Amino acid sequence: MSLYVNIKKVMGNFTLEVEFSANNEITALLGASGCGKSMTLKCIAGIETPDEGTIVLDGRVLFDSEQKINLSPQKRKVGYLFQNYALFPNMTVEENIGIGVISGKHERKEAVEEKIKIFYLEGLEKKRPHQLSGGQQQRVALARIMASEPDIIMLDEPFCALDSYLKWQLEQKIMDSLSGFQGTVLLVSHNRNEVYRFSKTVAVISDGRVETVSEKKSLFAAPKKLSAALLTGCKNISRVEKLAEHTLRAVDWDLELHTEKGLSDEIKYVGIRAHYLKYTEREDLHNVMTCEVAKVIENPFSYIIMLKNKSGKDDNSQIRWEIDKDLWRDISVKDSPIRIIFKEEDLLLLE
Amino acid sequence: MDLSPLYVSLKVAFSATAVTVLFGIPAGWYVFKIKRFKGLIDGVFTLPMVLPPTVVGFFLLTIFGRNSLIGSFLLRFDISVVFTWIGAVVASTVVAFPLMYRTVRGAFEQFDINMIYAARTLGIAEFKIFYKVVIPNVLPSIVAGTVLSFARALGEFGATMMLAGNIPGKTQTIALSIYTAVQAGDKAKAYNWVLIICTMSFTSMILINFWNRAQEKRTAKRGDI
Repeated sequence: MSLYVNIKKVMGNFTLEVEFSANNEITALLGASGCGKSMTLKCIAGIETPDEGTIVLDGRVLFDSEQKINLSPQKRKVGYLFQNYALFPNMTVEENIGIGVISGKHERKEAVEEKIKIFYLEGLEKKRPHQLSGGQQQRVALARIMASEPDIIMLDEPFCALDSYLKWQLEQKIMDSLSGFQGTVLLVSHNRNEVYRFSKTVAVISDGRVETVSEKKSLFAAPKKLSAALLTGCKNISRVEKLAEHTLRAVDWDLELHTEKGLSDEIKYVGIRAHYLKYTEREDLHNVMTCEVAKVIENPFSYIIMLKNKSGKDDNSQIRWEIDKDLWRDISVKDSPIRIIFKEEDLLLLE
Repeated sequence: MDLSPLYVSLKVAFSATAVTVLFGIPAGWYVFKIKRFKGLIDGVFTLPMVLPPTVVGFFLLTIFGRNSLIGSFLLRFDISVVFTWIGAVVASTVVAFPLMYRTVRGAFEQFDINMIYAARTLGIAEFKIFYKVVIPNVLPSIVAGTVLSFARALGEFGATMMLAGNIPGKTQTIALSIYTAVQAGDKAKAYNWVLIICTMSFTSMILINFWNRAQEKRTAKRGDI
């Protein structure tokens, strides 16, 4: 069971050109809003028609511009969870879930009862959508999708409309209910934490293109592209100038850095995550920057310190450093200037 | 007092409203869905609302006249539109149609399109989507459009006069009989009919408000858990 997508669609001055495949597991499409994630889902579902390309699901051709195949959404067997759930307000929970069941009356009743149980909806059968909480509505929408027996489930920003204090619990409930599903699951999100928690494979989409497809751990540990680094939450990024095989100059920080890996010509940026920067008292080591504090921002459990290279130019970009509250308390009282070290193994070399 | 204008008016208004509903809903759906020539088709459908009723009547007379293509065709089946109550229905329908069409189309445009998309991905056939999902959710607008159309059909004057004439007992509606009574200086008769038509219009408006209130109550009741 798998999905293969290779499509192109031009919309005004935006071109969507994505190619990826997804196996029988949860695959995430990670991208900023407006990058084409939702449009990709709509093309797979048959709601939008790509200009050219192919979409194949479990060996069934859903769309092929050359063979002139374009199955209607009804025939695609694609479950689509909309951001606003799109429940039918004129129907009860039961009716909403039952409407997509094709089989006879008796089977429909059974299928509905089963889904009500799986999705923790007992007691709500006769309620209408606007009488339910956001989380309940979402589970009804998912139950409705599952009752129609799709080959793939696509979740469009499933958690972004939920109240944040309940989010964690609801997320877990939903993913539990989905665990019985055998087919492919596509999760569209701009939230790297959600993506990391729920998916195995991540496709990074930026400006209408798939930048990388990789296993989530390797993506977060070593994003190869600038867009992937930004989307996985890397806050410090500078353009680079290659000086030698293992030496570069970070232009935006005015800093010379030694790297562990050799530099290829494709490397255009260097990045480091805010919590990987470490404090040091020594000045004689490689990759150490003597800094000026530009701003201190307090978070519940950490400080974010905005730093500037002391010997750098005025227009250098600031560096964001995240540090435990206790550590910062010790450091901030010292007389000596603050020095931070960019460890070689923590540098992200980006295309 | 001869009550035939009341009878003719009701017969014509109810028939015209029925036809308007029958055509207005699909027309609203059709224009909502098409992508090409949307403006043009919308313009044609709305035209009877903005044209002077006499102009509409003139066009209808041209289309349905005995010497026209359609008129002579209908005559073969012994159906005459000009100077008959059918003509009054045609005139009222054409004039009331834009009200129904525009109200319903507006409701379709307000309708959450994702609901239709979701229904499609759930495998529900297009026709079933229309009557199980779309229609129930735009019902208040359909009712509003129906009442407006009925009121318009009941008050139709110009186009009816042009196409169906003013034949007492046959095509003379209340609106036409008021005109005739005033022309003849029969003020008492005019007053009577004015009173009747005011009562009718007012009652229908009260009823629709009543219905709206009931709808609101129903949703409000559903709203709190």
